[in-house]
Amino acid sequence: MQNFVTIHGINKEYPAPNGERNVILKDIYLEIKQGDFVSLIGHSGCGKSTLLNMIAGMEKPSSGYVEVDGTRVKRPGAERMMVFQNYSLLPWLSAWDNVALAVDKVLSHKPKVERDRIVAAHLEMVGLKDAARKKPGQLSGGMKQRVALARALAIKPKLLLLDEPFGALDALTRKTLQAELMDICNQAHITTIMVTHDVDEALLLSDRVVMLNNGPAATIGQILDVPFGRSRIPSEIVDHPLYHDLRHELLNFLHHQQQAQYKEVEKMPILKSAA
Amino acid sequence: MVLRSKRPLAPNKKPKQFVWGILQQIFAPLCGIASILILWHLMSLTPDTSLPSPFEVISNTWGLIVDPFFNKGGLNKGFFWLILASLKRVMFGYLIAVLIGIPIGFLISLNRFLREAIDPVIQLLRPVAPLAWLPLAQAIFLKPNPSAIFVITITAIWPIILNTALGVKMVPKDYTNVSKILELSFFENFYKVLIPATLPYIFTGLRIAIGLSWLAVVAAEMLLSDDGLGFFIVNAYNNSNISEIILAIIYLGIVGLILDKIMSYIAFKVTPQE
Repeated sequence: MQNFVTIHGINKEYPAPNGERNVILKDIYLEIKQGDFVSLIGHSGCGKSTLLNMIAGMEKPSSGYVEVDGTRVKRPGAERMMVFQNYSLLPWLSAWDNVALAVDKVLSHKPKVERDRIVAAHLEMVGLKDAARKKPGQLSGGMKQRVALARALAIKPKLLLLDEPFGALDALTRKTLQAELMDICNQAHITTIMVTHDVDEALLLSDRVVMLNNGPAATIGQILDVPFGRSRIPSEIVDHPLYHDLRHELLNFLHHQQQAQYKEVEKMPILKSAA
Repeated sequence: MVLRSKRPLAPNKKPKQFVWGILQQIFAPLCGIASILILWHLMSLTPDTSLPSPFEVISNTWGLIVDPFFNKGGLNKGFFWLILASLKRVMFGYLIAVLIGIPIGFLISLNRFLREAIDPVIQLLRPVAPLAWLPLAQAIFLKPNPSAIFVITITAIWPIILNTALGVKMVPKDYTNVSKILELSFFENFYKVLIPATLPYIFTGLRIAIGLSWLAVVAAEMLLSDDGLGFFIVNAYNNSNISEIILAIIYLGIVGLILDKIMSYIAFKVTPQE
């Protein structure tokens, strides 16, 4: 398959209380190749998380469809595993048990010894071998997100979906985890879609950055190719000649979106009186 | 009182410090109880009152306090047997309430039709005072014991149902999302996610229910029975033995407190620690 993920004509709208329709997303078309890392960037509330949820199958589009590896997405599934912003770890299970919950369910056809080995290997990969028996309440935010990552990767999904995974973490932890995620994605070559606000994060990790316009009726504004190659060193990437231009372009886009939004807000009283 | 050390009690402290630590902890509660006793004593000194002073109560009921285990047959029993009789009724009624209440709580929170069907019934029956059920129960069951147990069940069941249902509602969407993505079956979701998440709420309901059960049993026994603490109080009243009434009240409070502490301990042990 040339295109691993096809997002075809996605629209999403809700009926508003006053009878009108709230259009969240309009005519989204996107194609992603296998092994690609794509970031979705845009202002808060523009519908990025909704789009991600529809790719995952957690929400249904009002029209259009998403195809992953040739099959239409109809419901959530472990092959489109998500990492949420607030970790979503079960607090009464240890880190090990949280990962094992996913592994035992999804890889139930494998023998127990093999499953335990997978859990151990992935916890070690995210650097939590010693904290495996701890409960989420005893772990820091960064460690919890590492467990969530381990859980997602252990079941070898076809598509990895990250919803602002580092949004709840402090800046230093974010940098560390971004570098770790980059290494993991380089080795595993999993097709990944990440929603983020952070422009530098998008440039560090992605092959392409998809910029969404502001809502309502958000569409894809621009798609940026990030030609840095796969093995990036976080501290050196900023010195790349193109880095500054790309960053500038991303920030410009977001800035214009914000301006457009303010103009919309100013226009509104005029629209009301005209109606 | 000057405190030498503010560190919490440590088991390997010297004996003197250990005792001192305990004294610090019980000082405030002792002050509270002493104040009540002083107030009681003052009230008993007012002229023309039938309220005995604390000392009179103790001296009048000394025989009962000292030997709770005597059994001279019939109605003449020590406090141990009276409390046991009341507790037996509570245990029966409470257990039935738990076995019926928790499943109903789950059903009405997971199934919309059942919720809309059963909710009006709950809203209508819940405000009915426990004692109001007693004549009806007696008319149906004809014997005092089943009637008392029925009253206990109907009192204890509402907090259990409502808190269980609340627990299900309060399960964070995050956990449900994980369950959906991993495609857990209904039963896997129930045992691995739903029950651990709702257990704290269920135990809140259980704690409230045990307190209410203890209240209900005494009231039911006062009207119906031939043994138990409630009956003892009515009997003492009929014999104008105020001291015995007061003693029974103190025992009521102590047993109620112990029941709540037991429930609280079980909750602590069973509820998944986060």
